[in-house]
Amino acid sequence: MFTKWKRAISISTLCLGVLAGSAAAQSELHFCLRSEPKTFDPLKVEDDASVAIRYLTGGVLVRLNRQTQALEPELAQSWKVSKDGKQITFKLRSGISFSDGTPFSAEDVAYTVQQLMDPALHSPTGDTFRSGPGGVDTKIISPTQISITFPAPVAGLDRQFDQVAMLSAHSAKKEMAVLGPFMVADYKPGSTVLLKKNPNYWKTDEQGRKLPYLDAIQLDIQPNRDVEMLRFKRGEIDLINSLDSEYFDKLASTSPQVVHDAGASLDSEQMWFNEVAKAPLPGYKKNWFRSANFRRAISEAINRDDMAKIVFRGHAQPAVGPISPANKVWFNARLKATNYAPDAALKALQGEGFRMENGALKDKDGNAVVFSIITNSGNKYRERMATMIQEDLQKIGIHVNVVTLDFPSLIERVTQTFDYEAILLGLTNVGLDPSEQMNVWLSSSDNHQWNPSEKTPETAWEAEIDKLMRAQASSSDEKKRKESFDRVQEIAVEQAPFIYLVNRNALSAVSASVHGASPVILVPQTYWNADRLTIERLTATAAK
Amino acid sequence: MIFWRRVACVVLLVVVGVSLAANWLAPAGYAKQYREAADAPPSHAHWLGTDEIGRDRFARVLYGTRISLLLAPGAALLSTLMAALIGGLAGYLGGAWARAAMAVTDLFLSLPWLFLLITVRAMMPLNVSPLVSVLVTFTMLGLLGWTSAARVLCATAGSLRDADFVRQARASGIRGARLFWIHVVPNLKPVLYAQFWISIPAFILSEANLGILGLGVAEPLPSWGSLLKELEGLVSVGEEPWKFVPLILLVVVVTSFQLVLSKPDEVAA
Repeated sequence: MFTKWKRAISISTLCLGVLAGSAAAQSELHFCLRSEPKTFDPLKVEDDASVAIRYLTGGVLVRLNRQTQALEPELAQSWKVSKDGKQITFKLRSGISFSDGTPFSAEDVAYTVQQLMDPALHSPTGDTFRSGPGGVDTKIISPTQISITFPAPVAGLDRQFDQVAMLSAHSAKKEMAVLGPFMVADYKPGSTVLLKKNPNYWKTDEQGRKLPYLDAIQLDIQPNRDVEMLRFKRGEIDLINSLDSEYFDKLASTSPQVVHDAGASLDSEQMWFNEVAKAPLPGYKKNWFRSANFRRAISEAINRDDMAKIVFRGHAQPAVGPISPANKVWFNARLKATNYAPDAALKALQGEGFRMENGALKDKDGNAVVFSIITNSGNKYRERMATMIQEDLQKIGIHVNVVTLDFPSLIERVTQTFDYEAILLGLTNVGLDPSEQMNVWLSSSDNHQWNPSEKTPETAWEAEIDKLMRAQASSSDEKKRKESFDRVQEIAVEQAPFIYLVNRNALSAVSASVHGASPVILVPQTYWNADRLTIERLTATAAK
Repeated sequence: MIFWRRVACVVLLVVVGVSLAANWLAPAGYAKQYREAADAPPSHAHWLGTDEIGRDRFARVLYGTRISLLLAPGAALLSTLMAALIGGLAGYLGGAWARAAMAVTDLFLSLPWLFLLITVRAMMPLNVSPLVSVLVTFTMLGLLGWTSAARVLCATAGSLRDADFVRQARASGIRGARLFWIHVVPNLKPVLYAQFWISIPAFILSEANLGILGLGVAEPLPSWGSLLKELEGLVSVGEEPWKFVPLILLVVVVTSFQLVLSKPDEVAA
């Protein structure tokens, strides 16, 4: 009898041990990367998967708080930008070490900046600092103080350092020695990236406990969104960023507590007309497309509310202009969304010499107003938006042909052959600062989509935008920069080179077992505070 | 089996009749967007509910049936005729002709059609009406879909070339085209029918897939292919069963066609 009891006790002990072991191992967050990370070198990062790893592993001097959108000190205790916007001086925290134990000092900052600005490295992050010809000068004032001088003013200089993960000048592990909360422990190409807690991470919580709380993060490489969704439902992953509105509603119908709609994101859906002078289009069509009144009328004839409500199931907001209202710092609050007013649109077109004949709109030369809108095939949201625009414009006698093209063909038409009439696409905005949109607004830019690479600005308003964008980029006075960019937004709405349609909401899902998550609109939506997330998995016994 | 053929006849007549009466049965048309009732379940106003942007699904099924019923068999006929001509003749003539024809067929089979279709779409003008886009799509399917059938027909015609009845016809002085049309082609009919019926659903589904390349039926025109695309994101069958109507219709129509046009002995077999 006694032996039986002894055996039962030892089995129970064993079970408890196993459960305790599994509980310890379960302090591991799981989520998916939608592509293979192209690099672990934080200075060479440009793809989303590598950006995610940089965010979780990299230590930065200053961090943009994804919730408040304010800049906060990290490795730098304080910083100061010179009045001319060329120089920044950082005072660093002391007693910090990289994940391999190498101490962190101003020497590492100087090394990182020199690497970042090395033209041979072609760092995409470094490109944002290149505002003029010449080299960067770093001056180590003390082990905890450094001054960096750029050859020309850099707009939003301090904010740009949010993207610069510090490298060690001395570690043999090179970029694998990190200052962030996690470090890369294992990488199985095509399968997983395992991040483990950085034992030397410098941050502590309010109670003095060392951060991060999680032991590890497993990132599964999974490009298929359906599979990602199924795995979330099965509890195999804990987070989904940038959730599709259909999936969001499906998840919300069964588990409303796991889905999060953080409101309008920075991303916008927009359409524009081809205004390229040498485009292979009939002259009368070019005249329509180059008329601001025509573009504004089209904008007024599109029902954005319906688009947000139907296509995005209410998880989008009618767009106001180039900057989403979600961008708390740079949005021009004086701007209002364009009202749906087909009658006013028709009246405006009639004022331009257009007339209605048997339900079809014709220009003053009798040409029926017919044009095509191209969009990328396979994107059901854009296909639906284009079909809604088709019906909206039919109400004012305009016939629209909707054409879906594979993405490379579409891009070739927009950037090479200019053989298109109107296009519907989206713009993904990661950064908040308007300087990141310089390549869109400068008339000389390749990315000035409606009329790229203009030798000199072809219109007075484009010349004004050029001037304003350059002024804001070269100023360190935030108030003046805001004034300049507010005016750019006003011109963009008045002239409607882009017809802004909707701002999609930032949708995400977080498993109920994850604590401390507070999804936001900025990337990374769900794990921006990864060092403070905890996970509490139900063991099989507890679940029963 | 005669009973089932009659049932199939009735089914086809009903489907064709109803699709032809679409203008009366669904007077609002396939493009009207009832935006206040988007993605709605079946109701008195919308018997099969509405699609994601509020278009009446019943109207779209009717008009889509009309388009697919007319054009998919048309494309199937074109591809089968081409297969009969190229594969049948090659098999009948044999020798160098057969080798040359099959080399061309193999070349066609090995071409990366996906990329060629993308190139074709890139070269096409953008401002084409939805109707023209439908015609272009199904003509292309017909012109490209003959290769597999041609191989089968070449092998069948090759076996007929040395058949006793063909030798006998040849011995009695029948030669060339007359021998081919009177003695060979009728014996290829079962294979031709089979290829024809196989091609119809294949072309309907291909049309839906081509939509991804921008080559399918353009919005707002419906087709069975574009209606079947609605099933892409469906998680479970029980969730929205009315969305399966186009799929059920496709299966019913293709089966009915096969029953009606197959010989009674084939049906019995």
